[in-house]
Amino acid sequence: MPAPEQHRLIFRHIDEPGYSNDLACYQRNGGYEVLRKAVQRKPEELVDEVKKSGLRGRGGAGFPCGVKWSLLDRKSGKPIYLVVNADESEPGTFKDRYIIYRDPHQLIEGIMITCFANKVERTFIYIRGEFPDGAKILEKAIAEARAAGFVGPNIVGTAYGCEIYVHRGAGAYICGEETGLIESLEGKRPYPRIKPPYFPAVLGLYQCPTIVNNVETLCHVKHIADMGGEAYSKIGTPNNTGTRILCVSGQVQRPGYYEFEVGRVTMGQLLNEVCGGPLPGRTFKAVIPGGSSAKVLRFGERYKGKRKVGAEMVEYDWGVEDIPMDFDSLAMIGSMGGSGGVIVMDDSVSMVEALGNINAFYSHESCGQCTPCREGSLWMKRITARMVHGDARPGDGALLKSVADQIAGRTICAFGEGCAWPTQSFVAKFGEEFKSYSKETRGPRPDGVPELV
Amino acid sequence: MINLSAETMRRIDDVIPHYPMKRSAALPLLHFVQEDQGYISSEAIEWIAAKLEIQPINVYELVTFYPMFRQKPIGRRHIRVCRTLSCAIMGGYRTCAEFQRQFNTGLGEVSPDGEVTVEFVECLASCGTAPVVMIDDELHERVDASKARELSEKIKAAPAAGAR
Amino acid sequence: MIQPATPDLVTVNVDGREIAVPKGTNMIEAALRLGIDVPFYCYHSKLTIAGNCRMCLVEMGMPAVDPATKAPVMDPATGRQRINWVPRPTIACATNASQGLHIRTTTPMVKECREGVMEFLLINHPLDCPICDQAGECKLQEQSTGYGRGYSRYVEQKNVKPKRTLLGPRVMLDDERCILCSRCVRFSKEVAKDDVLGFTDRGSYSTLTCYPGRKLENNYSLNTVDICPVGALTSTDFRFKMRVWFLRQTNSIDTESSAGANTVVWSREGAVYRITPRQNDAVNDTWMADSGRILYKAVRAQGRLDSVRVNGAESTLEFAVKAAAEILAGGGAAVVASGRSSVEEQFLSRKLCEALGARASLVARVGKGDGLLVSADRNPNVRGALVTGLVADLPSPALDSLGAQIDSGSVRAVVSIGEDLAAAGLTAAQLARVPTIYLGTHANATSASARVVIPTLTVFEKDGTFVNQQFRVQKFARAVPGIAGATDDLLVLAKLVAAVGGPVPGADVGGVWAQIAAEVPALATMNHGDIPDGGLLLDGTPWAALPFPEGPSLHFTPAASAPREAKP
Repeated sequence: MPAPEQHRLIFRHIDEPGYSNDLACYQRNGGYEVLRKAVQRKPEELVDEVKKSGLRGRGGAGFPCGVKWSLLDRKSGKPIYLVVNADESEPGTFKDRYIIYRDPHQLIEGIMITCFANKVERTFIYIRGEFPDGAKILEKAIAEARAAGFVGPNIVGTAYGCEIYVHRGAGAYICGEETGLIESLEGKRPYPRIKPPYFPAVLGLYQCPTIVNNVETLCHVKHIADMGGEAYSKIGTPNNTGTRILCVSGQVQRPGYYEFEVGRVTMGQLLNEVCGGPLPGRTFKAVIPGGSSAKVLRFGERYKGKRKVGAEMVEYDWGVEDIPMDFDSLAMIGSMGGSGGVIVMDDSVSMVEALGNINAFYSHESCGQCTPCREGSLWMKRITARMVHGDARPGDGALLKSVADQIAGRTICAFGEGCAWPTQSFVAKFGEEFKSYSKETRGPRPDGVPELV
Repeated sequence: MINLSAETMRRIDDVIPHYPMKRSAALPLLHFVQEDQGYISSEAIEWIAAKLEIQPINVYELVTFYPMFRQKPIGRRHIRVCRTLSCAIMGGYRTCAEFQRQFNTGLGEVSPDGEVTVEFVECLASCGTAPVVMIDDELHERVDASKARELSEKIKAAPAAGAR
Repeated sequence: MIQPATPDLVTVNVDGREIAVPKGTNMIEAALRLGIDVPFYCYHSKLTIAGNCRMCLVEMGMPAVDPATKAPVMDPATGRQRINWVPRPTIACATNASQGLHIRTTTPMVKECREGVMEFLLINHPLDCPICDQAGECKLQEQSTGYGRGYSRYVEQKNVKPKRTLLGPRVMLDDERCILCSRCVRFSKEVAKDDVLGFTDRGSYSTLTCYPGRKLENNYSLNTVDICPVGALTSTDFRFKMRVWFLRQTNSIDTESSAGANTVVWSREGAVYRITPRQNDAVNDTWMADSGRILYKAVRAQGRLDSVRVNGAESTLEFAVKAAAEILAGGGAAVVASGRSSVEEQFLSRKLCEALGARASLVARVGKGDGLLVSADRNPNVRGALVTGLVADLPSPALDSLGAQIDSGSVRAVVSIGEDLAAAGLTAAQLARVPTIYLGTHANATSASARVVIPTLTVFEKDGTFVNQQFRVQKFARAVPGIAGATDDLLVLAKLVAAVGGPVPGADVGGVWAQIAAEVPALATMNHGDIPDGGLLLDGTPWAALPFPEGPSLHFTPAASAPREAKP
């Protein structure tokens, strides 16, 4: 089956000739009309629309957005905060960047609707420090929106008001974790908090109820407020509604961002048709479907079982190419949809070296708070570094897996899984490469193949 | 004694009230001070701590945690090459090696001519146009070794326009 | 099916055993009450929960209920309510007791968790045991023995960090040994209120440090050494001096102030090596001040009195007592007793006063309280003097009235029990005017000019009790034998009382208590042996109107009536 067309809902104006990131252009394209209508409604109605829509978070966890909002503690009397997670640091992900740089008002409109729906009066956009121009663009856009009455006190002539402040990070991946982000916003070292008891919906920013939402998710909220939750839920596939922006990078002909209805494009369609297939003379070897924390898939693997389609249980027997790119299918076959960052590796890549690169990333980014991740991530990095640059031993693959097994599930935050899953999956699926990787058997480095670590 | 420009002081005083608790302004203040002075000195750490009514250790903890903050001056231009998986697969290490060769410098140091500091950074969220490089605040895409050579030539051709 | 015990308590289940605990108790404490040890590093009962070491991971489960009807779901296999076990382990320190909570600590998963955490803690840990002071009381040693895998698989390089940093005058830091549990950081911030410690860098390179140029030098810095589970923070005073497994532990009380912090005195073969706090949740939690820890140095300090002297010449106890009795027989005697004496000694001092027809004065020692464990009254036992009836009022700042009485001639002999009269305000002339009998431990102006000098014992060399600012009577025990030449204060006082014609009371703690119980209302029907290790609270209302100098401090709020010093 040929790949469907892209459904550019969020990315409608990205790459549109003549579209600029100022308010005037946004308003020429109908901007802030949705906000105008939304503030005439009851906030609870808007929350309901988001619940009906089935929107799942686009930052990596895929948690139902409406459910997250409904967990907010509204009884404590403490102010409720929205924190926008613009820290986009998951390797392989590059979508929020374009929203911020090229269509910031869409984000702002989504933020204001979300704030109105949740009775939030102060919002912080936590933007990664490596987007310095993005921060300036956002500040300019907020100032424009404020001047036009869309941000600040008494928006569009109502009694409701909300302030938005931009807060820049400074180069730490762990600030993308919601409680790490909150600690960083409070001016402390970004050590994620233990849950229980520090669920952000109850004890978040400044120990007040807080929602942390991804940039793309908030843009979807705008569209849900526009078309209604029910209409939105018909886009995509059941339980995996709406669209999502897939970011394809690595060894394909046409890497880039592509927005599809969730679950309506398969991995094969995406990589072979939309992205033009592998580079000349190469074949696909492995793909990480949801940001580097997701478990790797090996081309040639088969995934078999039964899954629910409608009311029935249906058998499936898939190769990598057949997997629909939605949260549930990817989870079912042992990986995850994650942040939508699809990293493609071909037969020129050594999986040991690729894992070495990933392990170096995680050990560098580990905050160091809890024992398994702090020590384990560095140990795994040292093992793969030694394998690549020193002496690889046949037992190293098994040792790597054993170390990773001691991390996942034992840590304060999901970084533990994030640093363990790559190792577990690389060793599980490419075990023979790990066993046989040694200076003697590996041979000279082929020309044109870059080092990875 | 810390000597910040009037503009920087204005930015600092504007940003502190954004937060219900002063300590939150630590990161913005560190950015402003680094943009003003090129790096974070110990005087700056103590000044920021006093300004936010926290302890110097609380600021020092942040400066050493976040890679973007530095405690020593760097070269006139800051070259940051992404080393994470997608960029590495597309040749990021070779790009970095080329920059280092062009300026005869090691990683994280000030080059002999004082022009650049070259270092690796982690994923810059532009993996589709790998390999990517940030030179100061600007992102450069698809920077293979030959484009690295071009960019280096441009840097060498534009000597210091003023103090950093 | 699992019924709550009472409305305030909940029933939890640890490894199949049930116990009722107050709702919200954390599960480490609940397990401890059943005698089940859940290992941990970063948890401390007096600090906020950090949850970062991950050593206390256990399996947790809650009783299953039908989501719709809330009816209990039964397990046909056991006939009891089914327990839904959470597949991921949870940390016990952050799991609070709620009705029906189950935890398991002996399953294969928990065993693996512990082996994993132990392995991770050891891979970058230096092999310092042979030179590390913590050996013998090191949690890493204990828990790797109890829960570790027993062999190492690590062949990579270990982290190198600063190894011998003088963090402050009393604390040495070895960053390689640090397991980043953050107990010291939390203590400094939350208890000592001196936010001076923090972590720099990140990941496995995180390093504990003070801000460069600052020091960890507050008067509670050594508590970080106590709570450090490994040998990262060590005491400079104790460094390399003695292996802890050779040391004997004796319960004692800090005599620095009326706070009465409970302590442990560690000694070997007659020498004291260090003092550490002893847990008492009603007095000092698990803390004590640094300044109280060095008091043991007085035992062997220069100037320790070690021979009985009469008129400057060496003598015997018997002869000295006789000489003292002769001096006192002339009448006009005054007794300067001490707020540093034990309750038993103060009781005998009172007997001496009664036999002499003299009144006792105490010497006041008032300083600035620190709001924690150094109270404003630097006498540990003024209240003992009140309770035993030795005095009826608080000590006056200087011995003015005594000085006047000496000048006027109405006082013609002074017995000083451990107090330097010159330091207490008597002039050299006044000291020279009257013959003095001095009982004490260290040389001073009074002992130099006294006619009779009888060396006595420090708190470390005898048994007794003190009454602290809470009116809590607390016991201390003899840690080391008295130095040669010194005599137990009770024995000396008993002989003196007998020599001046008073009734012969007991000459040791047991004997004296028989009389105390008979004569002192507050301590009636009490028995020294029955006083629990945590002390016994007395009723302080008879003295409530006195203007005690102490302000609020840990576990102490002064009574509302009399004027107080301001909170520091």
